[in-house]
Amino acid sequence: MLLRAGDVGVLLAGGGLVIALSVLAWGGQRGDTAVIRAAGQVVKTTALTHAHAFSVDGPLGTTRIEIEPGRARVAADPSPRQLCVKQGWLTQSGQAALCLPNQVSLEIHGRTAAYDTLGY
Amino acid sequence: MTPSAIELPVTAADRRIARLAALAIGLTLAEAAIPSPIPGVKPGLANIVILLVLLQYGWRAAAWVSSLRVLAGGLLLGSLFAPGFWLSASGALVSLAVLALAQHLPQRHFGPVSLSVLAAFGHIGGQLALAGWWLLPGAALLKLLPIFAAAALIFGAVNGVIVARLLARPAPSGRQSATCIPPSIP
Repeated sequence: MLLRAGDVGVLLAGGGLVIALSVLAWGGQRGDTAVIRAAGQVVKTTALTHAHAFSVDGPLGTTRIEIEPGRARVAADPSPRQLCVKQGWLTQSGQAALCLPNQVSLEIHGRTAAYDTLGY
Repeated sequence: MTPSAIELPVTAADRRIARLAALAIGLTLAEAAIPSPIPGVKPGLANIVILLVLLQYGWRAAAWVSSLRVLAGGLLLGSLFAPGFWLSASGALVSLAVLALAQHLPQRHFGPVSLSVLAAFGHIGGQLALAGWWLLPGAALLKLLPIFAAAALIFGAVNGVIVARLLARPAPSGRQSATCIPPSIP
């Protein structure tokens, strides 16, 4: 008997691994730049190459942005519902976290933009 | 003064390992001639021999054959201690480690195909781990991961089926190769 029950399982698991790796590697354009805006003006553009953090001031208080290699997030924000903080780490080009009450936004850009424009 | 002669006792198991290692080395050399679009994507034909040895003579013999294959393959291909050699060695090492664990899977459900696929993933995993850590640190390898994984899955499955078919065949009655007794020196 060439194939036993476990063999089929191993083959299926291997196929699942290949699909998961394909999604991980080719699933989307990974971003390489973070653009931070406050009140509509770009206050900082930084490459997602090394870990660092900085703060941006808005009308409600201070928004804290964290950058790590390949990803960025809003670590802390004074907004009441914390929506942009709950979005967590952003990695793909075109993703954005908007802290509307504090008028701060964090956007990921890649080599090629996934969208021409995004309207909120 | 009498010249001292060192005589190393050679057992039948030694001869068997040498013969099987020679077979694996031959397949390695033949495979090196096959062009490949991406370095590292190879059928891994020598793993057929390693698996047969594992299933018939145990893990220790398989480890010997695998190590001798990597070493002698490196010598014959001229890549001994070059990066390609270390990639091959780390792949073989991880593959052997995976096989050491996988051979304890219940044989009723897990046949040669499972072992072959797992060993193939171990092989490419070991190579990529070393490549990512030493040769090409960075995200460049990430884009190629699915190709390597798919190749491991396909070639692992094909090799496993070949092993299963070879094992399923009735044992040949006659010897397949000549005995390894060296000619007497006059």
